[in-house]
Amino acid sequence: MTHSNTGSRTLSVASLARVEGEGGMHVVVRDGEVRDVELRIFEPPRFFEAFLRGRAYSEVPDITARICGICPVAYQMSACQAVENATGVSIDAQVRALRRLLYCGEWIESHALHIYLLHAPDFLGYESSIDLARDHRDIVERGLKLKKVGNDILNLLGGRAIHPVNVRVGGFYKAPEIADLQPIAERLRWARDASIATARWVATFDFPDLTLEGDLVALHSEHEYAINEGRIASTSGLDISVSEFSEHFGEEHVAHSTALHGRARAGAFTVGPLARYNLNFDQLPQMVKQVAAEVGVGQECRNPFQSIVVRALETVFACDEALRIIEAYEPPEKPASDIPAVGGTGHGATEAPRGLLYHRYTVDAAGIISDAVIVPPTAQNQPSIEHGLRQFVQDRLHLDDPELTRQCEQAIRNYDPCISCATHFLDLTVDRG
Amino acid sequence: MQPKLAVWKFSSCDGCQLTLLDCEDELLEVAGQVEIAYFLEASRAVVSGPYDLSLVEGSITTADDIERIREVRRVSGHVISIGACATAGGIQALRNFADVRQFTSVVYAHPEYIHTLDRSTPPSAHIDVDFELHGCPIDKRQLLEVITAFLHGRRPQIASHSVCVECKRRGTVCVMVSKGIPCLGPVTHAGCGAICPAYDRGCYGCFGPADTTNIPAFVGALGAAGMSDFQLVRVFRTFNADAPEFRAASTAAVVAAEGR
Repeated sequence: MTHSNTGSRTLSVASLARVEGEGGMHVVVRDGEVRDVELRIFEPPRFFEAFLRGRAYSEVPDITARICGICPVAYQMSACQAVENATGVSIDAQVRALRRLLYCGEWIESHALHIYLLHAPDFLGYESSIDLARDHRDIVERGLKLKKVGNDILNLLGGRAIHPVNVRVGGFYKAPEIADLQPIAERLRWARDASIATARWVATFDFPDLTLEGDLVALHSEHEYAINEGRIASTSGLDISVSEFSEHFGEEHVAHSTALHGRARAGAFTVGPLARYNLNFDQLPQMVKQVAAEVGVGQECRNPFQSIVVRALETVFACDEALRIIEAYEPPEKPASDIPAVGGTGHGATEAPRGLLYHRYTVDAAGIISDAVIVPPTAQNQPSIEHGLRQFVQDRLHLDDPELTRQCEQAIRNYDPCISCATHFLDLTVDRG
Repeated sequence: MQPKLAVWKFSSCDGCQLTLLDCEDELLEVAGQVEIAYFLEASRAVVSGPYDLSLVEGSITTADDIERIREVRRVSGHVISIGACATAGGIQALRNFADVRQFTSVVYAHPEYIHTLDRSTPPSAHIDVDFELHGCPIDKRQLLEVITAFLHGRRPQIASHSVCVECKRRGTVCVMVSKGIPCLGPVTHAGCGAICPAYDRGCYGCFGPADTTNIPAFVGALGAAGMSDFQLVRVFRTFNADAPEFRAASTAAVVAAEGR
């Protein structure tokens, strides 16, 4: 890191911690003005879209899960739905409910991980949750226990938490019995209370002033808080079907990143918990709305630092929703729908914990993939993160390099970037001339 | 002084290092026994080396990676590779069977921005590794055993038999015998606890080849269960595609398919 008083400055952090994957940031300052901000992603490419060509559609959920160990269910769900869409398969209502339950498990696990282990230490001035636990062991233990309840759902329904084995195109290999789900219901009642306590705790943090500009994009459904299906909606009024995604959103390849940048026709946009919350507040259960009101988050929330509170509210929702599903559950007649031998192109989009995840596959009649497109949430957010950081850094140029770096890292973590997903290292450099 | 633990990431999905954070009941206890000196996914505090125990996740896919893994070896007492990427090159080793330039042009508009090696290889192809823990992902009980063993200066007790033994222990009826479902259990390294057959599906080889197997003989049984040569190629070319035994099996299936 270097710091000069000439009005030009270079700030550099070799590795951004507490994010999933590896990336860096480079900031160029000239004459007291931020000229450029690049979120650099140098996670080496893994070429999923290339080697999916020539594979069988039945392999897609197992293969695409390996894009991300933090949100494998999101990959499996978007992949299954895209293949089912390509082959015109409809899904049993109870299988659909089980998928939503599995996804609730991943939201609880991923949100608890991000809130307690990755993000809260920033707000409280600790280097890690392990350090936080030295002073507040009970709080960190609550977070770990909450995370574990999410993993319990994944273990039961998916066979294991990371890269679940029980998901297949059409549904599941094996559906649980009603009695199998009961022990989890017990733990979920505790988890719902623990996530309400989490929301109250994180709401007491100090939130720097910052407004997330631009369009917020998420799945939207009239009758439920959208997770695994819906139309694609935005705060500026976009309302399209999932199959129209490519007509409105593109990816661009820039020199400083092995993740393709998301581009909307209308400019930078953001996906993730804030987008979902702003678009789908009406669909939250009354109980979650009450907790939101109590902790002081309105129906609209555009401060990215408060995303930690919104994640906590979504965790309350996910626990409550999981309980609702378990209470209404009856085993499906068959764990999976049959897939007919027809070819076609299909689209799937679901809400990964960090935002909209889109897949598109072209399958031939023999069930072989000829084309695959995967657009992960962090890739879509990358331009928006860069744009937001530009103003953020501009307002904080009086800070010395270590403090500016620390605050930038915290701001980047607002997006819960998953660089493993986006391809995958945060190396912060600020060039002040 | 507490032993220093470091966790390093190369090309991977982050799932194996997440396995450490998934030890919800044991994480704070582990953190009490070792100094977590370098673990970027969990902490921005970086303690300088040398490190007593280094866990390495991911495969080597860039020229920079080769330099970095050598540096990890230089600053580490023990180096343990964790997961299929770090023991066999991972799913990104599918490039080893193809032309990486063609792969790049499928995914990226500007292939000239991309710097990657032609092959994805495990750390053991570049440095001496003290232990390899298999799995995609690794199993958390096995991870805790390996960490505990190295901290106490003994060899980890990790069984090297096949998944079949785990199925018997679990009381799962053989899916291949009773239902005719093709299953890689007989040739796959134990460690997951035989999850798939308990969920009515065949093992798909996440933990790579078991130590003593006769894959060519087993391939005949898979064929009898209805698998085509094309399916045999694919079933051995997933997360451990470049493990020598699985590579030999898929290569033989390609030859068989071309001969027909």
